[in-house]
Amino acid sequence: MSAEPSASDFPHRHLLGIEGLSPGDISLLLDLADGYVAQNRRADKKTDRLRGRTQINLFFESSTRTRTSFELAGKRLGADVINMSVATSAIKKGETLIDTAMTLNAMHPDVLVVRHPDSGAVKLLSEKVNCAVINAGDGSHEHPTQALLDALTIRRRKAELSGLTVAICGDILHSRVARSNIHLFNIMGARVRLVAPPTLLPYAAERLGVEVFTDMREGLKGCDIVMMLRLQTERMQGSFVPSVREYFRFYGLDYEKLAMAKDDALIMHPGPMNRGVEIDSELADDITRNAILDQVEMGVAVRQACLEVMGRDLPQPDHNS
Amino acid sequence: MPKEFLADPAPQGPAPEAVAYVNARLLDPASGRDETGALLTEGRKIVDLGPALFADGVPEGIEVVDCAGHCLAPGLVDMHVHLREPGHEHKETLASGGLAAAAGGVTTMACMPNTDPVIDDIALVQFIERRARETSLVRIHPIAAITKGLGGEQLTEMGMLAEAGAVAFSDDGRPVFNSLVMRRAMSYSTAFNALVIQHAEDPNLSACGCMNEGETATRLGLPGIPNASEAVIVERDIRLAEITGGRYHVAHISTLEAIDAVRRAKARGLTVTAEAAPHHFALNETAIGDYRTFAKMAPPLRDEDSRRAVVEGLRDGTIDAIATDHAPHDQDSKRLPLAHAANGVVGLETLLTLSLELYHNGHIPLLALLGAMTIRPAELLGLDVGRLSVGAPADLLLFDLDCPWQIEVDAFHSKSKNSPFDGRPVQGRALHTVVGGRTVYRAG
Repeated sequence: MSAEPSASDFPHRHLLGIEGLSPGDISLLLDLADGYVAQNRRADKKTDRLRGRTQINLFFESSTRTRTSFELAGKRLGADVINMSVATSAIKKGETLIDTAMTLNAMHPDVLVVRHPDSGAVKLLSEKVNCAVINAGDGSHEHPTQALLDALTIRRRKAELSGLTVAICGDILHSRVARSNIHLFNIMGARVRLVAPPTLLPYAAERLGVEVFTDMREGLKGCDIVMMLRLQTERMQGSFVPSVREYFRFYGLDYEKLAMAKDDALIMHPGPMNRGVEIDSELADDITRNAILDQVEMGVAVRQACLEVMGRDLPQPDHNS
Repeated sequence: MPKEFLADPAPQGPAPEAVAYVNARLLDPASGRDETGALLTEGRKIVDLGPALFADGVPEGIEVVDCAGHCLAPGLVDMHVHLREPGHEHKETLASGGLAAAAGGVTTMACMPNTDPVIDDIALVQFIERRARETSLVRIHPIAAITKGLGGEQLTEMGMLAEAGAVAFSDDGRPVFNSLVMRRAMSYSTAFNALVIQHAEDPNLSACGCMNEGETATRLGLPGIPNASEAVIVERDIRLAEITGGRYHVAHISTLEAIDAVRRAKARGLTVTAEAAPHHFALNETAIGDYRTFAKMAPPLRDEDSRRAVVEGLRDGTIDAIATDHAPHDQDSKRLPLAHAANGVVGLETLLTLSLELYHNGHIPLLALLGAMTIRPAELLGLDVGRLSVGAPADLLLFDLDCPWQIEVDAFHSKSKNSPFDGRPVQGRALHTVVGGRTVYRAG
């Protein structure tokens, strides 16, 4: 790779997922993002790289942090940013999603940032529009910018991803964050472990190229990275796990279980955290061990990198995604 | 003739002294041992055994029990009993169930959680353990519910319940009927290597049935329960065992079809096991006779083909364990029209002798038969009992293999006498029961 990362080296029209990216694609985005981290710490954070471009954040599912992060990223790049929240209950799926896409497409946006509660909905939408589409989370499928920001956070702390052992813990079954991270760490040569109660593991999870553990202490043994996932309240009431206290006892991260990991193991969480459910409250505040606020900072930089890459001049239309 | 002896149910005294059991036929299904010899216990453990032990006499200071050539086996392990405490202490308690067990040669039992309240919480598991320690002559381990309140919807805290001492999980009395809940229960159980015991019955198919569906039910004008009611749940659960890897156990299996399903599942290497109750191999549906409510239980007594299938299942190992499904009921619960009478029979005091019928009739060799009442259920529950070996708990049963007698429900130690076996001529009975090195029962 050239010394100076260039947005035009990214060979994909959309960013729909981590699956299908090459190590070079990922490194490029992380290299670009690294530059934005420095810039975001300065008083003047603004560039004009996306000046004149229109970015629409189209959220079919409520979100505060991801939407804010994308909005800030677009504005710092000089784009005109519009937020659209669409109440999903009002939508008849499928047809109306495409109608919405066609309507927006007619307004000539340059980048659509889309979150949708259904897996695959963002891809469907991307097939109907002329602009670039960034997946900001689709159902339980992918959340590529989250995986990239996790990777950037880790790379800045541990120098490189390759050779690390990463334990992803908690509700793997419903997690798009988990799926994107599994792909990313596998692509970058890290070893991935999944740690969860059997009811929160997807069928045949081991075929994703990971090691699966239902005993958290075993799963954390010797890990470099402990990545905790959020457990949704409605899954704590006896259908997937019996109770919050049982979950915390066996799958909540506390100092005792963390002691199984490497001494310098880094704790991550995509937020928002359930203190006392998946993570001990004291540990959640322990900035010597966790990188949770780093992740938020890296999120903006990574999204700037993705927007820059997606907003670059491309020969229209017809570039392979 | 000496009077019958039952120990004082305050078992946590000082460790018993050394006791030598001499002139015994040592029977240990776990090792295949069947030979004449002696066994020495010291404190709560077995410390030595074999044909050569005490060949030159027993040293001074050791208490001697002369077994007079009778069979000395591990105490029986009954993995399925209802002890009614808490909630229905007028039917049975841990103490009265413990007396019945001791008199029947049962030294360990696992009690079902369908009490009031249901054993679905850590505090209740601890309650059973504490009450058992304080009041029972024999070891009692709680089985905890699979779903909260036996409601069939929300999983119980299997991990913490297992840590607290629950040896298995079951909603017995009811099936876990929702297939998704059952899948999740079996899946979740794998994290703790827990045994999930199913009361296999489709409540829709059983409808209001009160006995086996067949000619007898038709003649009596009673709604019947088809074999399919059990078989469809067992077949379904085997599919779930396959996708979850869970340890699945069929309680009180009773039908040809379900036994066949378990046999096929085992042949495919699945972690599927089963138990059968003595009444399902000792009786068939005709025992209902003239509306005899003491022969009403769930699952019901089946037809002769299924009864034979239970015997064959025990013979070929498809059925791992014999368990009583001891279900005490007071007279008021049974003196009702058959449709309204409670399900269940007491079984602790007839387990040994009814099972020995299978040996006396030439169906099953003695060691294999005893294995189904000792080491196999102990293994399924993850307990270290059920074997005669050095270092094992000194839980012993001395029994007379052959003596003829007649079952008399009025002599039962259980609080409830609901048995269809009153007056049945049988062979073989417990003479002496030892739990943790301490004699808890000696026949009169």
